[in-house]
Amino acid sequence: MLVGHQTWEFENKPVIASTGTVGGPFEAKGAIPYDFDTLHDDLWLGQDSYEKAEKVLFEESCIKAIEKAGLTQEDMQFFFAGDLVNQLTPTSFAARTLSIPYFGLFGACSTSMEGLALAAYIINSGGAKYILTGSSSHNSAIEKQFRYPTEYGAQKPPTAQWTVTAAGSAVITNEGNGPYLTSATIGKVVDMGLSDPYNMGGAMAPAAVDTIEAHLKDRNVDPSYYDLIVTGDLGKIGQIIAHDLLIDHGFNVTKEQFQDCGLIIYKEDQPVLAGGSGSGCSAAVTYGHLLNRMKQGEFKRMLVVATGALLSPLSFQQKESIPCIAHAVSIENGNDLKQ
Amino acid sequence: MSDQKKKNLTPVQQKYQKFASDREVKRPVFKNCIKAFLVGGAICVLGQFIQMFYYTFFDFTEKTAGDPTVATLIIISVILTGFGVYDRFGQFAGAGSAVPVTGFANSVASAAIEHRTEGYVLGVGGNMFKLAGSVIVFGTFAAFVIALIHTMLTQWGGL
Repeated sequence: MLVGHQTWEFENKPVIASTGTVGGPFEAKGAIPYDFDTLHDDLWLGQDSYEKAEKVLFEESCIKAIEKAGLTQEDMQFFFAGDLVNQLTPTSFAARTLSIPYFGLFGACSTSMEGLALAAYIINSGGAKYILTGSSSHNSAIEKQFRYPTEYGAQKPPTAQWTVTAAGSAVITNEGNGPYLTSATIGKVVDMGLSDPYNMGGAMAPAAVDTIEAHLKDRNVDPSYYDLIVTGDLGKIGQIIAHDLLIDHGFNVTKEQFQDCGLIIYKEDQPVLAGGSGSGCSAAVTYGHLLNRMKQGEFKRMLVVATGALLSPLSFQQKESIPCIAHAVSIENGNDLKQ
Repeated sequence: MSDQKKKNLTPVQQKYQKFASDREVKRPVFKNCIKAFLVGGAICVLGQFIQMFYYTFFDFTEKTAGDPTVATLIIISVILTGFGVYDRFGQFAGAGSAVPVTGFANSVASAAIEHRTEGYVLGVGGNMFKLAGSVIVFGTFAAFVIALIHTMLTQWGGL
């Protein structure tokens, strides 16, 4: 049901039945290795190209999620997924293997929540019983796509972010014991005229703030309603900017409550400059680490705001600024939500 | 930012950019300059040793030893690139490792490695000079212009 301008409230409470998360070697050394279902020590995953490696990474997370739900690929009715490589190559090739009716999505790093919001809406309205959704990124495949060759010795500024090698998938269904999807806010493109691809956090922060504000207004709740408001991957700098903007606009969000997937995934001493990014980042952290903590009862309500920078190598070379977007999905748990 | 660019921004965008840049961590320019000076200098000292080695132990003069010296530095840089070390070194050294000939070799080797999966002809061959190509184009053109000026001055300028 539409509430306010751009928010859906899901009265039938779709459920995250299971999730699958897979990470690479650098993520295995990170801050949350125990929250991954599978970790690889080989960046190539035994493949002969990084694009193929990303495909395998994503396939594994999808198969894991389906297995953990005690289902088979044939049970899945739709598949909403995407990544950052041109023409969604790894995702489309994974969809070929999985053979599930497929929608390819591009929302850059916001793809995870874009897919989750659409899946929840369709489940809520009775359009399907099981939907698979997720997204992935591979450090070397994405660096090659958007920046310099991986072995090129260019110096990155402290505002740059590290693309994660990870994939996260979830099976969404209409009944179960939670966690429940209660609402979703679809963001609009916000462009504040920033054009430095080495400062994506700064470019994306206003989009995150715009969506969070719209969500709170549409649902008519106070920020304190949520135990956690987690942004996709704003990194150190973007997160500080977003927090200050929210306070500036009169939303009382505390520092403890406001977290970022790009800062959760790595340890402080890893050389990732401003933090992690990439479409696999928010997917793996949300479907792994955050849901695990929620299931353990550490918190009950969270709003995941995945942020995406919708630039391309072409738009950057043509001196365009960076259009940014953010999608939010609220995930809640608790006995009071059971039907 | 140039004034021209600023004019195209709305007041809201300008206000936000000010807000964001106050919170941005700036590049440590002074520290980077020192590091670049030390590392770049160290590479040159190494080059000097290699050159001395060539004209001391082999049949080279101080002038002709330049060619094998450059070749040796290039090989070292390419090997370090292949082992995945040069990019980490570059993050520390910045211009210090980018400006010398080792940086040029790194740009060619890294692009060649990157596009190996697309085949030798269209992948490696077609993309090898993706970064270094513009250095060659503008370098050659600049040399041509300088040669013209030099010729004019020596032929007709009486220098």
